[in-house]
Amino acid sequence: MKTRTFAAFVAPSLVMMLIFIAAPLLYVFGQSFYLTTPVTEQMTVETCTPGFLTQNCTQETKSLPKLDEAGRIVTQTQFVGFGSYRAIIEPAKAWAAISTFDYRALMAIDFWRALRFTLMFTFVTLPLVLLVGLGVALAVNNTARTLRGPVIFVSLLPFIITPVIGALAIRWLFVSDGLLNNGLEWMLGHPVSMFSQGWTIEILMMFYRVWHVAPFAFIILYAGLQTLNHDALEAAMIDGASRWQRLRYVIVPHLMPLIIFVTLIHLMDAYRVFDEVVGFRAEAHVISLQYLTYDFLIPDSTGNRSISRAAASSMLTMVGILILLIPLLRRTWAQHRGSR
Amino acid sequence: MYLRKLALAGVFALMGTTAMAACAFENTTPLKSLTAGFEAWKSATGAMAECGNFTAELDQEFATKQAAAFGASPSLYHIGGVANETVVPLINGGLIRPLDDLVAKYGANLQPNQLIKVDGKIMAIAMMVNTQHLMYREDIFTELGLAVPTTYAEVLTAAEAIKASGKVEYPLGGTFKAGWNLGEEFVNMYMGLNPVMVNADGTPAINNEAGIQTLEMLKALTAYMHPEYLTSDSTFVQQQFQQGKIAMANLWASRGGAMDDPAESQVVGKINGAAAPAAVAGGAPATTLWWDGIVIAANITDAEAEAAFQVALEGIDTEMVTAHSDDAIWLIPGYTPGRLAGGAIATATATPSAPSYPSTTTQGLMHGALGNQLQAFFTGEKSAADTLAAVEADYTAAAKEAGVLK
Repeated sequence: MKTRTFAAFVAPSLVMMLIFIAAPLLYVFGQSFYLTTPVTEQMTVETCTPGFLTQNCTQETKSLPKLDEAGRIVTQTQFVGFGSYRAIIEPAKAWAAISTFDYRALMAIDFWRALRFTLMFTFVTLPLVLLVGLGVALAVNNTARTLRGPVIFVSLLPFIITPVIGALAIRWLFVSDGLLNNGLEWMLGHPVSMFSQGWTIEILMMFYRVWHVAPFAFIILYAGLQTLNHDALEAAMIDGASRWQRLRYVIVPHLMPLIIFVTLIHLMDAYRVFDEVVGFRAEAHVISLQYLTYDFLIPDSTGNRSISRAAASSMLTMVGILILLIPLLRRTWAQHRGSR
Repeated sequence: MYLRKLALAGVFALMGTTAMAACAFENTTPLKSLTAGFEAWKSATGAMAECGNFTAELDQEFATKQAAAFGASPSLYHIGGVANETVVPLINGGLIRPLDDLVAKYGANLQPNQLIKVDGKIMAIAMMVNTQHLMYREDIFTELGLAVPTTYAEVLTAAEAIKASGKVEYPLGGTFKAGWNLGEEFVNMYMGLNPVMVNADGTPAINNEAGIQTLEMLKALTAYMHPEYLTSDSTFVQQQFQQGKIAMANLWASRGGAMDDPAESQVVGKINGAAAPAAVAGGAPATTLWWDGIVIAANITDAEAEAAFQVALEGIDTEMVTAHSDDAIWLIPGYTPGRLAGGAIATATATPSAPSYPSTTTQGLMHGALGNQLQAFFTGEKSAADTLAAVEADYTAAAKEAGVLK
């Protein structure tokens, strides 16, 4: 393709990415170093609110924001450097906990608690997604041609379901009087509460994520299997390679670029785990980094929110993803250069 | 903390109808309202719609957008529905107008205690009060010969007796869902011991003996609850009652009507209400009084405000209340309390009486910090003292960002 034609095709999406991804990202990056607060003053105000029959009037000293002539709240913005980052990571406390090997003290800090779960979630689900995806792909590839269509359709169903809805469905199945929970109780003969402690919730979350994402791995790897060179497979069979050896030395190396692609996507997705925390109402026991950002961002009932900490938290999440992706990106880059 | 906000947020609009059957005047100004979505608001906005040219937006998560919507010029809504804490950002931002003139002109039928006054000016018109109070299974209490508890110590004794009798597996229900609900349970119990949660200078005041006692009592209560209590919100407790799984709970008055709804409840007529138990004998009921009411936006024309105020009053008039008397503890003339309203009214009229939930920014911040940090105590990750210290730190960080603490 000519460079000009290439540029003409790519330009619209590049412009979109600059406007809708790069610019907000830079803005949030900048925001994470500044803190905007309303200017407040102390005032004593009498407030009267209803009882059932009478009125309760109280004198309260409140901090009220100052308003300018136009009736807007006066704010001041100051540069705080890494202040918001420090407020999230709490380096001094964390370091004290790490240097004394005090695991509980480290987990008492929300960020580290969230990081612990996020990393574990990412690295436990990754191999399971790949294994299940590859297994289903091989199985479908070996079923009779007439059955493949329906089997592929059924295998893809979990991937089609909206994540929050899927998480809610799993919660309703396993909550105290849920269908599957009652089944478990009947089988085990004693009460089971899947949502009353952290580790059972974590297992359910990982189970749900693998169930939900494995079809994605499956469909990519299944497509890869269609391009498999059958001469190479037959040659391996003539050489006496067992089923396992053919998988290990012919099929997997052929699928490797796709496996790396699935890994890349899954690492990015899993590190941003959020739907499960919301859907399972897990915030008492388990939180993730993305949930932490959300929690900072959502205003409380009197309208306060922590924009700066939310910005810093989302930057930290992005840095985490980049660190996870570096080895894979380097490998892809090396292959790309090698193939030129 | 605010997941009740995302997953289950129900947003639906009642379109304005042209039927003007029950409205005293014909409204010609297009008007919009933004309120919460529970039964009482459905009834009130339904009655407002009878005046015509009116669109209601009922959204349980209204608070996340209300300040921004009222801050637009002109305001995106004319009428707002608020409660103790959600009115704070509107007043602080100057986004709602004083109603003294309009009340003088049109408000002859309003009761004096419906007028929410801040600094001498009427800023909102209350339509109902809400409070958490004790609901209990009268049949079980009678059968076991138990007295209705008036303190939390008695609640524990009664719970033990009910558990021993095997009538229900978990005698107690509680809105202990991590986040806002758990924070509210703490606020209720703490205020029963000590009314000061935040000092006048904005510093936190909960890390003390009352705080420890509150946490210990709440923890003692959870021993009689379903083990998944940290995911239990008002709807869950209501369903536990309706399915006959619990015998007692300190629950919102607005949930009372559902107990006698034969379509949902298996315990129709068996549940009764009493005043919220006190934290200490002779003390005030360990709960807070809430009100829900209407406000009128500041950033609209005076003509619109006049029409909006008239429509709003039509929505909270005697005619609406007589048709929907079981939806809430109404403050409106013509309200006759139903059987299940008794407990809430006893709570609101007790001596000493339960305090009103404080309408301040600092209280909102404190509630948020409690909601974020308390669960660590209940899961056993932190001791009571460490938990309160964490609440203090969380509050202080947020209060500095909000500019209320230097």
